[in-house]
Amino acid sequence: MSHLDIIGENVPRKEALEKVTGAAKYTNDDIRPGLLHVKMTTSTYAHANIVSIDTSKAWKVPGVRAIVTGKQFPFLTGTPLEDRPPIAIDKVRYYGEPVAVVVADYEFQAKKAAELIKVAYEPLPVVNSVSEAIKRTAPLIHENLGRYKRVEEVYPEDNTNIANRTKIRKGDMQKGWMKSEVIVTANVSFPQSDHAAMETRCARAEILPDGRAIIHSASQSPFVIKKVISRYFQIHPGKVIVHTPLVGGAFGGKVSIQLEFIAFLASYAVGGRMVKIVNTREEDFITSPVHIGLDARVKLGCTKSGELIAAEIIYLFDGGAYSDRAAIISRAAAADCTGPYNIENVWCDSLCIYTNHPYATAFRGFGHSELTFAIERAMDLLANKLNMDPLELRLKNAIAPGNTSPTQVPLNVSNIGDLSKCLEKLRGLMNWNEGQRIKIGNNKVKAKGIGCFWKNSNTPTNAGSGAVLTFNPDGSISLSCGVVEIGQGTKTALAQIVAETMKMDINQIHVRMEVNTETNPEHWKTAASRSLFMAGRAVLAAAEDAINQLREVASIVLRCAPEELAVGRGRVFLKSEPNIGISIQEIAYGYTYPNGNSIGGQVIGRGSYILKHLTKLNPETGAGNPGPEWTVGVQAVEVEFDIKNYTYRIIKAASVIDAGKVINMKAAYGQIMGGMCLGLSFASREAFSFSSTGVIQNTQLRTYKIMRLGENPKYIIDFVETPNIEGPYGLRGLGEMGVIGIPAALANSLSLASEVELNQLPLTPELIWKTKKGDQSDLV
Amino acid sequence: MISFDFEYYKPTSIIEAVNLFQYLHQKGKKPIYYAGGTEIITRARRNDLSMKAVIDIKAIPECTVFQFQDNKLIIGAVITLTHLSEVNVFPLLSRTSSGAADHTARNKITLGGNISGRIIYREAVLPFLLSNSQVVIAGPKGIKYASIHQVFKKTLQVEAGEFLVQVITDKNYINLPYVVARKTKIQKVEYPLATIAAIKRKEQIRTAFSGVCSFPFRSLEMEKELNDRSVPLRVRIDRAISHLPGPLLSNVEGTAEYRKFVLGNTLEDILEILEGERGC
Amino acid sequence: MLTDGSRRLVMDIHVNGEIRNVIVRAADTLLHILREQLGLTGAKPGCENGDCGACTVLVNGWPIKSCIMLAVEAVGHEITTIEGLKDTPIQKAFLKKWAFQCGYCTPGFIMNCYALAKIHPDADDTMIQEWLGSNICRCTGYEEINEAIKSVLASNPHLGAKLL
Repeated sequence: MSHLDIIGENVPRKEALEKVTGAAKYTNDDIRPGLLHVKMTTSTYAHANIVSIDTSKAWKVPGVRAIVTGKQFPFLTGTPLEDRPPIAIDKVRYYGEPVAVVVADYEFQAKKAAELIKVAYEPLPVVNSVSEAIKRTAPLIHENLGRYKRVEEVYPEDNTNIANRTKIRKGDMQKGWMKSEVIVTANVSFPQSDHAAMETRCARAEILPDGRAIIHSASQSPFVIKKVISRYFQIHPGKVIVHTPLVGGAFGGKVSIQLEFIAFLASYAVGGRMVKIVNTREEDFITSPVHIGLDARVKLGCTKSGELIAAEIIYLFDGGAYSDRAAIISRAAAADCTGPYNIENVWCDSLCIYTNHPYATAFRGFGHSELTFAIERAMDLLANKLNMDPLELRLKNAIAPGNTSPTQVPLNVSNIGDLSKCLEKLRGLMNWNEGQRIKIGNNKVKAKGIGCFWKNSNTPTNAGSGAVLTFNPDGSISLSCGVVEIGQGTKTALAQIVAETMKMDINQIHVRMEVNTETNPEHWKTAASRSLFMAGRAVLAAAEDAINQLREVASIVLRCAPEELAVGRGRVFLKSEPNIGISIQEIAYGYTYPNGNSIGGQVIGRGSYILKHLTKLNPETGAGNPGPEWTVGVQAVEVEFDIKNYTYRIIKAASVIDAGKVINMKAAYGQIMGGMCLGLSFASREAFSFSSTGVIQNTQLRTYKIMRLGENPKYIIDFVETPNIEGPYGLRGLGEMGVIGIPAALANSLSLASEVELNQLPLTPELIWKTKKGDQSDLV
Repeated sequence: MISFDFEYYKPTSIIEAVNLFQYLHQKGKKPIYYAGGTEIITRARRNDLSMKAVIDIKAIPECTVFQFQDNKLIIGAVITLTHLSEVNVFPLLSRTSSGAADHTARNKITLGGNISGRIIYREAVLPFLLSNSQVVIAGPKGIKYASIHQVFKKTLQVEAGEFLVQVITDKNYINLPYVVARKTKIQKVEYPLATIAAIKRKEQIRTAFSGVCSFPFRSLEMEKELNDRSVPLRVRIDRAISHLPGPLLSNVEGTAEYRKFVLGNTLEDILEILEGERGC
Repeated sequence: MLTDGSRRLVMDIHVNGEIRNVIVRAADTLLHILREQLGLTGAKPGCENGDCGACTVLVNGWPIKSCIMLAVEAVGHEITTIEGLKDTPIQKAFLKKWAFQCGYCTPGFIMNCYALAKIHPDADDTMIQEWLGSNICRCTGYEEINEAIKSVLASNPHLGAKLL
């Protein structure tokens, strides 16, 4: 493989061999004698005062070393809003919330003791949905909401269950509705669900005699762990060392900091000894944070010819008992509230609501598959009312350079890409023009639906990344950065960027998979489809730095100016006379003259990057710049639907996405395909089932459904490449994009197939049957 | 992780197993018989069981039999569901039992375990209800033979210390036309909304159900309605459903009302196939 | 065999061609002992309820979820874990087809695929789906895994040799 075309090539994952041999180590795979085990006692009520906690029987279990309750460490955590005690203090706010923690020699002892802790509760009225939560008479889940500390931008409303409200006010709504000739309203909803990464969350903690806190965690945010452990336990940040090895899937669920606090408290309770806490699947489903739920209302107005004029949007996110990242999700959904369409007049209120459900955190797409479901259902309703091809309606209104975003960011080719081109490509790939609903006999119809999406990130305005390239004696390079390998393959793509920039063989680039916050430069979080974007820029800068150092030393040896030199194929050489040069191997550790004199020193390239020109959103209008660029795309689903039984098979799913630039084609395909599968699984079958008292009925993988092999469709994936000037080699964020338009596309295809509007998820045959029945009885 | 301790015994004869049970029972160990153990392990992890001893019956020769003898098919209790499918001498049984859990789990789940279990579906029992099979049960009073209908009433009715050793089926039943329909909420690997096994014998259709009520069953009243060919199919089905032996199940897989819809459609398909002689 | 619940049982189990001595509680699962005592962490806990397949190992050549098997049940049987497979066609196929991302479900999938290719080298789509429907992958689109097993089955010369 020539180094010159390494960008876009299918370079195998750097950690591939470890993963097919069982050698790959995850957080829970580090087996250590003497390690103490931690188990939680969790709440059996969704909302209740804690009257008493009786630990006497638990203490009698042999091997128990400590029992920790919330009262012992009464502090609140969370970003942007500090509202959550790591262990419940006076009351529990969701079913499954940690109430006490046992530390014991063996796991079975800790479990037995945790089971013997008796908690007396005084049940409180349960807030079991967002619609109940926003009623004026609703019980307050957080009585002291107004007094909570705000760590980042967040707007909670005191004496309500509203943890955050983001407002978008663009254009003139009155004019917008006056100009609108056709208006539709869509009400959509879906309950909370879960990330269900195959590796359940796990953390180890140890406090050394000199006060250093060592945390090992299956996390997307090791550097955030470092900050918050430092903040809450008043330890110098340099003394908090966080290790994150390979992570067994995350999907946003490992962004939050939860078990790390519990592990630290448990270690503290046993004098700093190393402890480990591993979620059971049941705990991972409900005790740890979940995928957000949504109730939404979208009202769209357009001209008779289908030109969108006005949008009024309400997003009520079910953030559960604590706000965590859900507050930011509600903001992110506001920022991109209209979907990728040019609408001059926009009014949106996006709220993060407290309920007595598990608390929600980031989920792949960060509010976007959610908002897209609402918008794209409304778009199909509109197309139907206009009697217009749904693809044509989208094409007519597709966001484009010269438009502005809902937060009033002016759009150009670089920051918005080319949605129209994606739509045109998809039209061919899905054979769209053959018709969207075709009877195929035997009570079966074939139907196609689409969904367009866009996504920007909503990182902090100063999110950044760093990279260090350390040279080895043979001239090869070890790449160090703070990105976590969660399965997405970013580190392999980063190695490709180094190889391309240095014009080196990819096999000469070594990547350390584990993150160690003490030795790796900081990377904000492995989230928001921003890892390759930001770390890629840091790596580019580090490579440039290394090239400069190499040229500096080589220029002395070769007796020329550094500017006259180029680097490539393991050499530094004269641009004008490529035969004159020196191998990197000879200067990577400094150059030694024949007489022993030496110059230079080990070449260590360093680079860092910070997102630029981002602003906070104006609290009254939402105006502001939330992120560096949008990725746009369109997705489609084709189903084969049984009109008698309401069952269906997903035949095909397609994605056409403007990737800016694809760095590793196979990896990109894998990300998109996997995202589509996740989206189809979520949209077709995933949801928590709540009892009337907020108790979750399906906390196991046998009752919480996940799509399995054979149920997946045929995938069709293609890319458009409109470079983003800020992204390395022009790339745009990609990791989350496969999910975003899929739920909407599935709902649109099934609505068409079943001839009834399906505005809820998950799209089970029972839901279709029920909706159909409701529809028929409405007609009677 | 199971947090409580228990003793593990692996007797090699029926008599040893029965005696062990008596002995452990007297010592207050609340012993249970253990075959595949999948349900026991998962329930014990949730503390839904609290035995202090398990008696593994997998080394008892009578429990491992799987053969024809005098025009009868004898299947030992510890034969795994996968083994039944792989050998496939009783296609109706192979098909019905391959609905339980997933393939890998069925490498461990046994026939006896599935039939004796607490799980409400117990799909492997349906073919035996249709075939009027005999069961062999061992216990303190020795070995007893009984019709499955006498012993299986919602659950396998065995007394303390008894366990299922074998199921015996008349060879005449194993090649009858049959249909197995397994309907789920949305995917293959999950508990059923309705599993219906049906055979046709002497122009009469027999049906057995799992997932419809909170227990597997065969109902003669329902069969009588279903076989009453003097009335239209849909009427027969509605009448049959009105004779369900218990309330329709309502759970995370589906509501009772939806189950009724699925049950009706599925019965319609099954009857059309069997009455059209298309049973396979 | 007999164990007093309050004491531990010392026993030998055959793992990856070696006889290994372990000390177990009767209540310990095979998964627990493989990982905690033998350091064979390739088998992963994903649910400890027999639902996800991440802990799949081979017992006498057949895939078994090691979370729903007691360690004491393993006595007298041949256990094979992912660490016992070296350069097998299915491992190579997983590499070639990019049949994994995070890698957590991978050992379980590979063990199941390996057994399928051995026991049913002529497996068709229905059988592939029946077998591999026992495992959950949350990262890929499953198509990559499907391609990996199919490429191995297609190249398998030994048709029909069954272990049953």
